[in-house]
Amino acid sequence: MSVMSDDTSVAPPAGATRMQSLRLFAERRRSFWVVLSLLALFTAWEIAGRIPISFAFPTFLDTLAAFFEMVGDGTMIRAFFLTLQPLVLGVAISALLGIGIGIAMGLSDKLEWLFAPVFIVLQAAPMAALVPLVTFVYGIGLVAKTLAVIMLALPVIVLNSYKAVRHVNPSLVDMCRSFQGSRRQQIFRIIIPDASPVLFAGLRLGVAAGFIGVMLAELLITPTGIGDLITYHRSVANYAHMYAAVAAIIAASTVTLALLQWFETNVMRPEKRRS
Amino acid sequence: MNAAALANPALAKDEFDPASIVTNDPVVRVEAISKHYGATEALRSIDLQFERGKLTTLLGPSGCGKTTLLKIIAGLVPATSGRIVVNGRAVTGPGPERAFVFQDFALMPWATVMRNVAFGLELKGRGATERNRIARHYIEEVGLQGFEDKYPHELSGGMRQRVGIARAFSVNADVLLLDEPFSAVDEQNRRKFQEDLLRLVEMERKSFIFVTHSIEEAVYVSDRIVLLSPRPGRVSNVIEPRIDRTANPDDIRRDPGYLDVVEEIWQGLRHYAE
Ligand SMILES: Nc1ncnc2c1ncn2[C@@H]1O[C@H](COP(=O)(O)OP(=O)(O)OP(=O)(O)O)[C@@H](O)[C@H]1O
Ligand SMILES: [Mg+2]
Repeated sequence: MSVMSDDTSVAPPAGATRMQSLRLFAERRRSFWVVLSLLALFTAWEIAGRIPISFAFPTFLDTLAAFFEMVGDGTMIRAFFLTLQPLVLGVAISALLGIGIGIAMGLSDKLEWLFAPVFIVLQAAPMAALVPLVTFVYGIGLVAKTLAVIMLALPVIVLNSYKAVRHVNPSLVDMCRSFQGSRRQQIFRIIIPDASPVLFAGLRLGVAAGFIGVMLAELLITPTGIGDLITYHRSVANYAHMYAAVAAIIAASTVTLALLQWFETNVMRPEKRRS
Repeated sequence: MNAAALANPALAKDEFDPASIVTNDPVVRVEAISKHYGATEALRSIDLQFERGKLTTLLGPSGCGKTTLLKIIAGLVPATSGRIVVNGRAVTGPGPERAFVFQDFALMPWATVMRNVAFGLELKGRGATERNRIARHYIEEVGLQGFEDKYPHELSGGMRQRVGIARAFSVNADVLLLDEPFSAVDEQNRRKFQEDLLRLVEMERKSFIFVTHSIEEAVYVSDRIVLLSPRPGRVSNVIEPRIDRTANPDDIRRDPGYLDVVEEIWQGLRHYAE
């Protein structure tokens, strides 16, 4: 996922043939394999669209054309603007609240007993079924959609953060105590850094769940943003445009998760860059 | 912090006094310490005194409570009863007079060697320049110069433990508590480490409490060996090896006196193994 993390520029040795330098490139660069994997996916998509496997399944190139058309006429950008509002808001609230509650639960048994049952139930509940209920209470506006995002993102972030703190290496905590570290130093210099890989795993799952939440909200509560593009183009049988909207939101989600991973390896855990 | 200023070669050649099992100025006193983990009785009524400037080893079969006793002395584990007196004052938790070297190194994987070694000073709020200077000194002392910017996963097990030892030294505690520091090291490196440890004991005017499984290691490095019985741990014997450490290391290991002490301890522990 961290495409940029292990790229090393490789100058082909003097006199190397083009084939050799390509092989060298393939061995050193992960981006080569990412591109290869995407090419394979898109080729399969193109072939499946040309057979076609269904009259409602457009080819990759048609979808790409539809995508650029929608970017060109501004509909895609407007749709993202609408979709990103509840998404960013909901994910930000879930991340802050979720990591906070999760860490607190990990640090205190009392808080664990208080919160764990709630979030375990919430995580187990089929949230999609609850999304329409939100509409009853909060209508069809930004609040309802933000709530839908939070409902999906928060439990997984809380439970992962909690688990992350509980799995901190006890010997590191002892080490901090043996040097008379305060509880505060223990939390911020040992527990949170040591928990950060699992914290980030929870955050990534939470962000992915947030994307599900916002799409559910836009498809179930009221069609706006990307959800509206999907619904509208389906209703008028504009399948290439519909798929372009679906693919765009998937791409947005993937890029967000990759950025999160990049942030984790480069900012939080510098040692992971070298190995 | 200058090592040369602290070096006290006289310490290493102290005359042995058989009556000195109880000393007037013990750095650590263990008084009637007992420890239960739930229904498990780990330690029963341990009374010990650790001499200042000496290296005392806790030796005993696996599970006899060596780590438990060391952690109680460190203030990391509460005793069920009894008390620990350090420099004449009863202590109930960790303190600046004691520094711990962990069996599993306890290094922060996200921090460089430099930051790990300086971490004890960082927690005490020392400035970056000062703590890095001190840390650099001890990194050199344990032979890790050039590795300051490496991360723990880039080091071998032996090198990681040197980081742990340098970290314990850098806070300038009076007592160093070492829990099987060399257990992750192969035999050749282990010998090298033991010699390095002896050199550090000589250079730094500190007291050491050292846990090991290895009888040879105990006899080679210790001024005094405390033998613990199997669970519940009790003091079964105290031995002073009287090794002349001015001799060269290979001669020491071939010295009949050294071999006799190894044999004596082995006989003492043998009936537990059977
Ligand atoms: N946290 C704990 N909870 C319950 N029992 C424990 C705990 N720590 C140690 N014990 C028990 O106390 C006894 C002494 O353990 P300890 O780790 O001190 O032994 P040890 O002499 O260091 O052993 P080893 O040589 O294998 O390291 C063992 O029987 C162990 O099972
Ligand atoms: Mg042990």
